[in-house]
Amino acid sequence: MQLSSSVGTSSTSATIPTTMRKPSLIQRSFGSAGHLWVHAVLCLYAVIALFPIALILINSVKTRNAIFEGPMALPTAETLTFAGFQKVLAGTHFLLYFGNSLAVTLAALLLILLFGAMAAWALTEYRFFGNRALNFFIAIGIMIPIRLGTVSILQLVVALDLINTRTALVLVYTAQGLPLAVMILSEFMRQIPGELKDAARCDGVGELSIFFRVILPLLRPAIATVAVFTMIPAWNDLWFPLILAPGEDTRTVTLGVQQFIGQYATDWNSVLAALSMAVIPVLILYMAFSRQLIRGLTSGAVK
Amino acid sequence: MKTIRAWQLAVLLAPAVLIYALFSALPLLDTLRLGFYTANDAGVRSFVGLDNYRTILFDPDWSAAFWNAMWNNVKFFCIHMALQNPIGLLLASLFSLKGLRGARTYRTLIFLPTLLSVVIIGFIWQLILSPLWGVGEKLLGLVGLADWFAPWLGQESTALLTLSLISVWQYVGIPMMLIYAALLAVPEEVLEAAHAEGASGLRIFWQIKLPLIYPTLGLVTILTFVANFNAFDLIYSVKGALAGPNYASDLLGTYFYRTFFGYQAQIGSPTMGAAVATLMFLVILAGVGAYFVMVQRRLTRYAL
Repeated sequence: MQLSSSVGTSSTSATIPTTMRKPSLIQRSFGSAGHLWVHAVLCLYAVIALFPIALILINSVKTRNAIFEGPMALPTAETLTFAGFQKVLAGTHFLLYFGNSLAVTLAALLLILLFGAMAAWALTEYRFFGNRALNFFIAIGIMIPIRLGTVSILQLVVALDLINTRTALVLVYTAQGLPLAVMILSEFMRQIPGELKDAARCDGVGELSIFFRVILPLLRPAIATVAVFTMIPAWNDLWFPLILAPGEDTRTVTLGVQQFIGQYATDWNSVLAALSMAVIPVLILYMAFSRQLIRGLTSGAVK
Repeated sequence: MKTIRAWQLAVLLAPAVLIYALFSALPLLDTLRLGFYTANDAGVRSFVGLDNYRTILFDPDWSAAFWNAMWNNVKFFCIHMALQNPIGLLLASLFSLKGLRGARTYRTLIFLPTLLSVVIIGFIWQLILSPLWGVGEKLLGLVGLADWFAPWLGQESTALLTLSLISVWQYVGIPMMLIYAALLAVPEEVLEAAHAEGASGLRIFWQIKLPLIYPTLGLVTILTFVANFNAFDLIYSVKGALAGPNYASDLLGTYFYRTFFGYQAQIGSPTMGAAVATLMFLVILAGVGAYFVMVQRRLTRYAL
């Protein structure tokens, strides 16, 4: 739907006579046909990017025969079936997996935001012995993947008796997300005007209260950026759920789908339904928040 | 004015530093240490110096698998550099063009696959490329190339390339967004001035925009490098821990997993796993180190 509408606007904008408005840079560069050429490339790539996902969604609601006979056809009244979805819901605790993923990623995000902001505030606002060393120590975590320490992380989690718990995943994802969050939030805090803090200090507000009552509420615009960079990797991760929390009760969506498909590889209805069920919630969230997400992504990237 | 008591500072720093140290930094250091140990059947560990590394790098039973995974990983990275980043650059420079209608829609649509889990993406492509379903063949038929179709994921000669292309398809969104953000920051006056001087669109791209986003291209390169030499999820979900056929799609990540947890007749070994992780760490460290040396040089040169 959206695709076709953007195609529509492209052709109209290309046919508007150039005298009607100031020609844009691209029109001057490529001539009036420039838009068409650019739109053609972008449309083609958008189709390449979306087609595989659309194909899975379409076929997940079709009968087995229809899946094989006409994979590209839309479901009709005869070929429409939700058998696959029923099987997935009956054969797995899909809602539980979904709840686990949500709980783990949200808890990790909350800890990352709170602890990351506290640390970023301490590191940017105050001079103290070891400030630079601490900054460097944390910055290393941005580049070195936490997975390399898995052998010891597993030992630690076993020693703490946290194996097969969501807590283990929350702690690992918090550790994974903190370094980048501290960097993003530090950057953000440097832009908070000094007068705000000084005013609070003149009123005799304590340093900790300044942080919790003045600074923390100001961080709201940075939340999107931090969320993008911490929640997506955690939600999509297979490695740590597989190693630290493979149990039925603590399985995340990513691991749950991976295990389910491993078992039911020949049941096409179920496989397609399981994939769709993993995709659809993300799709809905993306449609709702794509603006904030992309703004978060690009504003984080510029710095 | 800015005086804070030591205990207050500690309260602010402690939670982040503790969690990060305990679950990220110290496990990494401990892994580096464990690589020098071996465990007997009773689980008692003893120091063996560089023995584990000697085994992995030179023992005929081990080294072939390690170098195979390493070489595959290099290819995996090269394919990403040759395709993912140039395509990302192309797409970003197209929809950052001024006055393009629907740019936001394109950006949103093209970024979607990047958002989904590698596991999901791997399965989706596995179905599409499955000869059983035949969708891939039909699609190629549309452009008259039906004869080209082969079970690419199942053939030793094509499995790694196919998996790399799937990964490229998914992650093109990351360089695209980073480069897009950098292109937005290119000052409008510079472009207008260049245009007034009569520079063509292509020339503006090559001689103004591209040099201005070099730092971002460097960042994209190092992010690709780290992600690629740490990749695991895609291979594991599509080809399993054995990274078949005949280890043709084995990467360091899957090799590490097998060494750590064992497979078939081979018993898993945490200490050997730690040694493999250490080697991966050294590879990534070398990449990151090279990046910072180059960035540092560049920056100082530009600053003067």
